[in-house]
Amino acid sequence: MIVASPKSVTELKQLIDRHQKVLFVGCGTCVTVCLAGGEREVGIAGYGVRMARKLAGQPVEIEQVTIERQCDNEFIKDLAPAVERNQAVVSFGCAAGVQALAERFPGKPVYPALDTQFMGILEEQATWTEKCMGCGECMLAEFGGICPVTRCAKHMLNGPCGGSTTDRCEVSADKPCAWQLIYKRLQSIGQLERLEKIHPLKDWSKAWHGGARKVVRPEHRI
Amino acid sequence: MSQVQTSAVPQSAGKWKPEVIIFCCNYCAYAAADLAGARRMQYPPNVRVVHVPCTGKIALEHILASFEKGIDGVLVAGCLEGGCHFLEGNLRAKRRTEHLRDMLDEIGVGRERLRMVNLSAAMAPTFVQRVSEIVSTVESLGPNPLKARGAREAQT
Repeated sequence: MIVASPKSVTELKQLIDRHQKVLFVGCGTCVTVCLAGGEREVGIAGYGVRMARKLAGQPVEIEQVTIERQCDNEFIKDLAPAVERNQAVVSFGCAAGVQALAERFPGKPVYPALDTQFMGILEEQATWTEKCMGCGECMLAEFGGICPVTRCAKHMLNGPCGGSTTDRCEVSADKPCAWQLIYKRLQSIGQLERLEKIHPLKDWSKAWHGGARKVVRPEHRI
Repeated sequence: MSQVQTSAVPQSAGKWKPEVIIFCCNYCAYAAADLAGARRMQYPPNVRVVHVPCTGKIALEHILASFEKGIDGVLVAGCLEGGCHFLEGNLRAKRRTEHLRDMLDEIGVGRERLRMVNLSAAMAPTFVQRVSEIVSTVESLGPNPLKARGAREAQT
């Protein structure tokens, strides 16, 4: 899922300082699961911003709504009347949600309430870790299901770099060495011979280096 | 949560009295408050007790709503650390209270208006002392700045 973290009350207050009537839109998918932009978080932020603005002598009226998915026009279109009656929209979706709302409502300012972080998993309660950078050409099969592109600080495809100490990455000791993990994993599934393969340079044009990407699946188009 | 009745504390004309909510855990603070009553112990009448099954059940929204509606102070009263009936509800409440105190500072209400206390059902004197302390802190801070201007003027 996409993991995001909420902006502070001060940041939110600053974002909407020129508006008196604002719509807070939560998203019911990834950011609800990562406790950043669901219905509850929208409510909590609403309390904070309303009180802070009232104390600053600039009261603000906040309308709150949470839709199933902000990255899907099917759900966004239902927001039209609420967007119409407010001066601005604050999106509690990931950056994709913010942009989807901005595209759908060209005449309204849309502000982000979250800092979108990465694609990752829930490691333990309230702790998420990054697992995928969306490089466009998945090589996980080669590395026992552990991604060196994301989890090796040097993105090495032919690791390890030799700098790790006691299984920890030399760039940051709080991270495990991805190549150590790959070695252990390949060992446990009996595929250590995969490490003998030298991987050529990765084609980064399939990643973000070629600008924003687009996926079209003709077989599903109607 | 239902609406917080900010008029719960009787206000004598012209003199502002702080209104404080105490969220009392069923297994400790609520019983301690009961014991304080049975022993005829005196504590300020400026408080309104909200009975909760565990302090871990108190959501951030409950406390934020209280402040937005004009309450002057909030005390979260839970079990001693290690003594939670639900194992770690009070530890969760502690983390949430700390987070909220930071948030209240950021909002401008001020962290001093919210605090947490840990006690057992037998600690009626501690209950009385902590309640008196928060009431006196709030008295020195003055009314919740979000309250209508009238309340602030009444204090002076």
